[in-house]
Amino acid sequence: MPYPIREKRELAPNTVMLQVYAPLATVKMRPGQFVMVRVTPNGERIPLSISGWDRDKGTLRIIVQAVGRTSTELINLRVGDSLEDVVGPLGQPSHTDKCGTCVLIGGGYGTGAIIPIAQELVEKGNRVIGIIGARTKGLVLMEDELRNICHQVEVSTNDGSHGVKGLVTDVLAGILKQEPVHMVTAIGPVPMMKAVSNLTRPFNIKTFVSLNAIMVDGTGMCGACRVEVGGVTRFACIEGPDFDGHQVNFDELVYRQRMYVPYEKKAMELCGCKGGGQ
Amino acid sequence: MQIPIQDMPEQAPAKRVKDFTEVPLGYQMEAALEESMRCLDGCKAPCIKGCPVGIDIPAFIKKIEVQDFIGAAKVLKKYNLLPAICGRVCPQQEQCELVCVIGKKGPSVAIGRLERFAADFERMSGFVEIPEMAPPTGRKIAIVGSGPAGLTGASELARLGHKVTIFEALHRPGGVLVYGIPRFRLPIDVIDNEIEMLKKMGVEIICNAVIGKTLTIDDLFTQGYEAVLVGTGAGLPYFMNIPGENLCGVYSANEFLTRVNLMRADLFPDNLTPVFLGKKVAVIGAGDTAMDSSRTAKRLNPEKVTVYYRRSREEAPCLPREMEHAEQEGVEFKFLTNPVRFIGDENYFVKGMECVKMELGEPDASGRRSPRPIPGSEYIEEVDTVVMALGFGVNPIIKETTPGLETNKKGVIIVDPDTGRTSREGVYAAGDIITGGATVIKAMGQAKKAAKAIHEYLLTKNLDKEMAKT
Repeated sequence: MPYPIREKRELAPNTVMLQVYAPLATVKMRPGQFVMVRVTPNGERIPLSISGWDRDKGTLRIIVQAVGRTSTELINLRVGDSLEDVVGPLGQPSHTDKCGTCVLIGGGYGTGAIIPIAQELVEKGNRVIGIIGARTKGLVLMEDELRNICHQVEVSTNDGSHGVKGLVTDVLAGILKQEPVHMVTAIGPVPMMKAVSNLTRPFNIKTFVSLNAIMVDGTGMCGACRVEVGGVTRFACIEGPDFDGHQVNFDELVYRQRMYVPYEKKAMELCGCKGGGQ
Repeated sequence: MQIPIQDMPEQAPAKRVKDFTEVPLGYQMEAALEESMRCLDGCKAPCIKGCPVGIDIPAFIKKIEVQDFIGAAKVLKKYNLLPAICGRVCPQQEQCELVCVIGKKGPSVAIGRLERFAADFERMSGFVEIPEMAPPTGRKIAIVGSGPAGLTGASELARLGHKVTIFEALHRPGGVLVYGIPRFRLPIDVIDNEIEMLKKMGVEIICNAVIGKTLTIDDLFTQGYEAVLVGTGAGLPYFMNIPGENLCGVYSANEFLTRVNLMRADLFPDNLTPVFLGKKVAVIGAGDTAMDSSRTAKRLNPEKVTVYYRRSREEAPCLPREMEHAEQEGVEFKFLTNPVRFIGDENYFVKGMECVKMELGEPDASGRRSPRPIPGSEYIEEVDTVVMALGFGVNPIIKETTPGLETNKKGVIIVDPDTGRTSREGVYAAGDIITGGATVIKAMGQAKKAAKAIHEYLLTKNLDKEMAKT
């Protein structure tokens, strides 16, 4: 059964928003869960986080940044083209209980995934602060939408072209000085999630990070997504993707994510599709 | 004059390790006829009791003897929807062939080879008929998982006239038959053929649906399914919990086999799923999955593939013919050797494995002599790929999302062994999810029992409804 693209919008260079028709996967979707997709019949299965869904329309919203062969194929799809497979929701939902003041941090395409979490946290009566980080102004994603949901949104850019000049951790450090924070969730590149976790550790603030480990089936069958949390091996696909950031062995995750880089390069060379690339 | 057992031709090892085509080639007609004549007329047929699905073995062999090969396949299919699969992967020497009367004095009748012959003959002849089906009952049944248990349950229930829908988590039906068992042991067209037959019988297969996640079992009842058969298998790979197990290049057998069998990583980059394989491959364990892993690795052309097993050759749980095949293909074996830690390089890839030599002590709970490490015997093996084939646990997804479904401490669903009935009304289970890990044929036997129980459950449920009306 094909899964057609219903809508496509370019958000930044090499980064698009897709609305994919996958009605079955929307039925029980919760914030923080993910789907596995295959783009083509000879494609690999990759996990994608979800930035929204519409059960009436049967669509999932995904934010994709082209970093490898499969994500490049994804961003080159047009409205009316189809994905070969979409399965989900997978993984455990994010923590959205009422706890007080929550800070949600999105780095790059990870910003998409914090939107449904922000929505639910607000619905449950939390004060929600969003922080978006990007290299430069043109790469800041979903800012308006996040502003419509959160009580407060801060932006940081490395070059200072928009918001605070610096990193999301600079913004977070400022917030922590100003008010008590009860929970932090960070989704984005591993160095960002690691830096956030290191920053909140001395404050003893519950900090969740969403681990984008390599996966094959996404249902607990293969163990490719093994991550070390608190000295114990966990499967990111069924026990995560969110884990306690203070317990995660981020260095191991980075090594494991790089395992197939030479293969990825080879697949890109043979791709012939435009855009993307590391 | 006694007829000798007919050998089954096989591809030569040197040729077959270069690709994934099937190793045993199957009987030619002459050999099948000769072999069928070895079956004794008028013996008490203990083989039937030896078969988990109770196939009338002498009857199908007799059909071969009189050259009614399609008829032989029909006899088989009365008991077993998937004879082409079972003829290939069943442990016959522990079942039907173990108790064969002829086998008391020499080699048993090659029942498995004959089963395969009849099933293949039927498939290749193109005269595969849709089995006789009862008139539609209008009752909807959901089956979770499309492995051996799910496919068997679907066939049995469809034949009884029920409307069956299979929900499969992966993008392709077949379960362990497609992600686990390699093509050189079970060609994909054999499985596809059986799945096509189910579709012709009106069975609907919905892929990309993880029951427990996409929909729960309770959702299925809400959608009008009146009974659910859970056949989700034992998909959770075990690791050893020793240092260095998360190094790059250390796989579970499930991951390694799934990458190659289901995702066809052997065809990378034409197929986009890669599989990293170094020069010196270690496979840990000596079950069928370990043999499948080692022989799969061999076909990806490393310098060396070695199986490490903590007990001795005699205790290896794999089928003897599979170890034989592996050895023929150049897989090496180190028995009484167990890894204690893995050593990584500067890029976090495995480069070595510290092993300890083992000796066998007193018999343990399994009746096998328990291995114990020999102090001071530690040494380092140079390896750059490790496949852990240590067995499986049960996937927790169904258990976590089905209130009232009783499981044991390991997460295995508790059922009535005669019916597969679980603690939840209308929910039945079969296969590795109720055993924690067994064989294709055992899963099929359980699925048959569960299908019969579901049928009876629906009939009585119907009666109750009728009674309530009057």
